[in-house]
Amino acid sequence: MNIHEYQAKQVLKGFGAPVAEGVPITSADQAEAAAKQLPGPLYVVKSQIHAGGRGKGKFKELPADAKGGVRLAFSIEDVIKNAQEMLGNTLVTAQTGDAGKQVNRLYIEDGADIARELYCSLLVDREFGRVSFVVSTEGGMDIEAVAHDTPEKIKSVVIDPAAGVTDADVAAINDALALTGEAAEDGKSLFPILYKAFVEKDMSMLEINPLIVMENGRLRVLDAKVSFDGNALFRHEDIKELRDETEEDAKEIEASKWDLAYVALDGNIGCMVNGAGLAMATMDIIKLYGKEPANFCDVGGGAGKEKVAAAFKIITADPKVEGILVNIFGGIMKCDVIAEGVVAAVQEVGLKVPLVVRLEGTNVELGKKILNESGLAITAADDLDDAAQKIVAAIG
Amino acid sequence: MSILVNKDTKIIVQGLTGKTGGFHTEQALAYHGTQMVAGVHPTKGGTNWTGSHGETLPIYASVAEAKDATGADATVIYVPPAGAAAAIIEAIDAEVPFITCITEGIPVLDMVNVKRRLEGSKSRLLGPNCPGILTPDECKIGIMPGSIFKKGNVGIVSRSGTLTYEAVFQTTNEGLGQTTAVGIGGDPVKGTEFIDVLEMFLADPETTSIIMIGEIGGGAEEDAAQFLIDEAKKGRKKPMAGFIAGRTAPKGRTMGHAGAVVSGGKGDAESKIAAMESAGIKVSPSPARLGKTLVEVLKG
Repeated sequence: MNIHEYQAKQVLKGFGAPVAEGVPITSADQAEAAAKQLPGPLYVVKSQIHAGGRGKGKFKELPADAKGGVRLAFSIEDVIKNAQEMLGNTLVTAQTGDAGKQVNRLYIEDGADIARELYCSLLVDREFGRVSFVVSTEGGMDIEAVAHDTPEKIKSVVIDPAAGVTDADVAAINDALALTGEAAEDGKSLFPILYKAFVEKDMSMLEINPLIVMENGRLRVLDAKVSFDGNALFRHEDIKELRDETEEDAKEIEASKWDLAYVALDGNIGCMVNGAGLAMATMDIIKLYGKEPANFCDVGGGAGKEKVAAAFKIITADPKVEGILVNIFGGIMKCDVIAEGVVAAVQEVGLKVPLVVRLEGTNVELGKKILNESGLAITAADDLDDAAQKIVAAIG
Repeated sequence: MSILVNKDTKIIVQGLTGKTGGFHTEQALAYHGTQMVAGVHPTKGGTNWTGSHGETLPIYASVAEAKDATGADATVIYVPPAGAAAAIIEAIDAEVPFITCITEGIPVLDMVNVKRRLEGSKSRLLGPNCPGILTPDECKIGIMPGSIFKKGNVGIVSRSGTLTYEAVFQTTNEGLGQTTAVGIGGDPVKGTEFIDVLEMFLADPETTSIIMIGEIGGGAEEDAAQFLIDEAKKGRKKPMAGFIAGRTAPKGRTMGHAGAVVSGGKGDAESKIAAMESAGIKVSPSPARLGKTLVEVLKG
């Protein structure tokens, strides 16, 4: 689960990390009051959307030479003027796709005098199975580009969960970021704070880009991007409340209510599959035969009839979908349950596009019988290859 | 022969008294008499579990007690996500040699702690978020459908449950059969990696060919490919076919499995396929042709 920058900073501030003062607003009327709460005279007006690259992003509705999604303001009037220009408009960044995202919220923040921009993130390093700091002196830019062009400028410090962040770890991070004097002293408190926040709140990613050394030599968290482990949300009621559903795909929200693993894609063949690997493989085989999948959908191993029906309805509600492929290899999942769910959903919402069903595994004969006797226009397939070819042929 | 489990493996069930654990224990008992020997429940020790066909197993209050009483050398965990890490750690503390965790949805930082506890321990963990392991006609731990298996010579290792079934089903249909099928699981932090299983398959004389199924995310397939290249230089090599799921997955999105995500420019399908092919694995472009691809490799 992702949250906004201003929320991420509030979480980090709660752990004692040095973040700038700031006020979120949702209408330009609030801009003046927000700015007046800050010391000034330098302000930053930041678009709050769940996507990176905001600074370099462009607003669709504004002229091409207009400023991006993160702007400096040098007076309260300037803050108001920028807020009026930005709110409600659509920001397109490298991460939003061409459709962009509407900016419904701005974060008005106290400006800082920047001496150096650094990069600092925490993530679970899969190779070691441990939390790792990934740091670089090249902050404020696209870290993937840095990783690609100058990999030697990115350093990892892996943390032993039994020991936490040790003095030696802090020294290694400070060294990798070339921090000295007061900044190095700040690092001694900041890096353990970040680790504590990461672990206690079950984050899956914490990215500070940039972490800055200010003109006064102190460290400050200038930007913050945080994602949480969806599997751990059950123990964080406070974090769950930070979810902003307007940032998510409506189909994905509906799917999450049913505990379905669903990802909306751009193609036109809807898929319903059991198992994540098989669901990905089903997308791949559709592509192999020349078409594009409309979604990833794993109904899981223990789905009941209602869940299967819910998944089917989400898929058919997508106007892009011109055909549907149901691919089930029942291990725990019983084929008759799938068949009943599909029949129930079709009876409720109708079937306007071709449907190919491939069933294999537990209770396969019973499942096929239910489909055959339903009187619905369902094309049966013998195996995955056959299924993919049939659905691709059906939509032409 | 087989790897990790056989007809002599004695298995404890953690989470037997839940619906999933109970169902799959019945299935395991019905599969060539897999030796499920006990269940564990903190407050139901001393009672018996009874399955829907009248099967019974004794329940002990702890893994340590169950192990002492039965001589079990393996445990399978069906405990829900919030308590699953504690269940694994209890099994590690009881020094159970082989632990399989089926549970999907364990917080990744819980697994970071589990992984730390495994270091220097006497246990091997398979999973979590995996379908388990099956040696045909001998032992079934986990949720794989026994009916599709056939005793044979192919070793199968996979990050995906349902794609394991595809590989099993297809090798059965080709008449090859399996020595053992191992689902290592779809989580980013797990107990057993491809390399561990490949090492065992290379060492097992009855395993004469291998299917390896990976997916996007992480670098385990690349590591495995390097391992195979290094072993081949020592003269240890077996014919292999493979598949990578997720060629069409968009970057940055988690595809069902917590570990199936291309992030930070790492973990994409193409680099995995290239690495596997460089190690001599014939990678099938279609998940429907795993068995046929292996047959082609075997024909040379």
